Amino acid sequence: MTDLTKLTLKGALDGLKAKQISSTELTEAFIGAIETANPALNAYVLTTFDKARGMAAESDKRIASGDARALEGAPLGIKDLFCTKDVRTTACSGILDNFIPPYESTVTQNLWDDGAVMLGKLNMDEFAMGSSNETSHWGPVTNPWKSNASNAALTPGGSSGGSASAVAADLCLAATASDTGGSIRQPAAFTGTVGIKPTYGRASRFGMVAFASSLDQAGPITKTVEDAAIMLQSMCSYDTKDSTSLKVDLPDFSSFVGKSVKGLRIGIPDEYRLDGIPAEIDALWEQGIAWLKDAGAEIVRISLPNTKYALPCYYIVAPAEASSNLARYDGMRFGHRTEAATGLTDTYELSRSEGFGKEVKRRIMIGTYVLSAGFYDAYYVKALKVRRRIAEDFTNAFNSCDVILTPATPSSAFELGDTAKAADPVAMYLNDVFTVTTNLAGLPGLSVPAGLDSKGLPLGLQVIGKALDEGTTLAIASVLEKAAGFTHKPSKWW
Amino acid sequence: MAIDVATVRKVASLSRLRESDERLESLAGELNGILGWIEQLNEVDVSGVQPMTSCIEMTQPLRDDVVSDGDKVADVVKNAPKTVDGFFIVPKVVE
Repeated sequence: MTDLTKLTLKGALDGLKAKQISSTELTEAFIGAIETANPALNAYVLTTFDKARGMAAESDKRIASGDARALEGAPLGIKDLFCTKDVRTTACSGILDNFIPPYESTVTQNLWDDGAVMLGKLNMDEFAMGSSNETSHWGPVTNPWKSNASNAALTPGGSSGGSASAVAADLCLAATASDTGGSIRQPAAFTGTVGIKPTYGRASRFGMVAFASSLDQAGPITKTVEDAAIMLQSMCSYDTKDSTSLKVDLPDFSSFVGKSVKGLRIGIPDEYRLDGIPAEIDALWEQGIAWLKDAGAEIVRISLPNTKYALPCYYIVAPAEASSNLARYDGMRFGHRTEAATGLTDTYELSRSEGFGKEVKRRIMIGTYVLSAGFYDAYYVKALKVRRRIAEDFTNAFNSCDVILTPATPSSAFELGDTAKAADPVAMYLNDVFTVTTNLAGLPGLSVPAGLDSKGLPLGLQVIGKALDEGTTLAIASVLEKAAGFTHKPSKWW
Repeated sequence: MAIDVATVRKVASLSRLRESDERLESLAGELNGILGWIEQLNEVDVSGVQPMTSCIEMTQPLRDDVVSDGDKVADVVKNAPKTVDGFFIVPKVVE
């Protein structure tokens, strides 16, 4: 029998529908794969195999009675940021290490309503703050990919490192993820997978542990562009429980996959040609441009003049919102409470200091500082004004193009325990240099694997669409996917 | 504007975080590095620009003023570190 875990989501759904495979068989195949791989990769922080078996049996019944839903019987992994009813959800923070939500996030509820099967909860950076999955309370995730020059363990990226690693290593058909500054697209690029962050407001934030509410957006990490369209269809919805949820129609995302891009105008921003970026990244970008030209698209030079200010702007806005959102962890109503104090302030301070990790504390303090009296206007309000400039850059650029093509990341996956990046927070933050702009502007962004570098590691290209135009974004990505013919998989060492 | 250890201590206190003196020292360096890098925003001309608080233009939706959920005391206190009879037990607030 062929290895069922190698199937794409689309392939598995077709096989289930045609009754060539059962959800139970498929689920057991993934359980076996996780049991073998997880001690090495640490992608899952919690497995829910009994629940998965129950859901698979229910799906098999539904399929047998001709009552199958859109994702019927498909085993998925869920980023630990999404609250799952009665299943531990920690956002990979020590402060939530025993939190059992009494409710379900809207995104995951949508998946279960469509018949998906939950294999477990996926590792991530603590509260999604990180670019290497090393800030997780449960330890880092290892990338299934290895450099051909060294045996060193590599990061799968972050914050959705567990999601990316699990999809790349065939430990689920697809995974949920979330993206505040690049947390879907950077891990996707580092693992040879596809990741899309939809337009802000497409997917509900209800039940998704908050990091920076004006930037956070859920999306999938998948094996193919078509799978991304299928996941997105189910994950997105209008939700009255999220006041920034958009009441807009959902197009049939799959119908854009494979659609002609002839005549579409592809914007190439001059400002994304950065000094010090490896030549391979630029070469891949040029290759992407050539592929789209071959497909009949028109290439247009555009300018996004405020690009270089996006990261510093983000590192005011995101920590400011985080410091406010994370004020709720006070040790009183849920989460960790210290045993070492009796007074109120002592209890607050020690509970938080014991529960939060180093990077989270650093960001809370930056946020508190930029919001504090005397600095609010100089930092926070200033950043909000720069944010509008960055958003306006895109509005202006989209007058002359339909989508924008850029590299996804400034490098391929780097080693876990990279001491230079650990010592310099700003060096780590630069991972998001190409991705963070779309969070600030609220636009859809997708990373598609497009080639390997000289170390044999995957590299991604990023497609940025107009607001609510995930469709064209997917169409462009599917042309790139086809042209790249990216069929590489990491060799199994675990 | 460089941050000294006293300022970091004040920010930690405002953040309800307690850090060792040694860690406060190193945080002063880290925060100075990050804020120094952020200073480049001063190069951007933002005269006349309105602050952007949301990336979607929409009016705040209002729901009907009706009770739609509730009676979930057990759920609400389920994850609390200390409870009794559906109440949270907290440290003494008023001396």
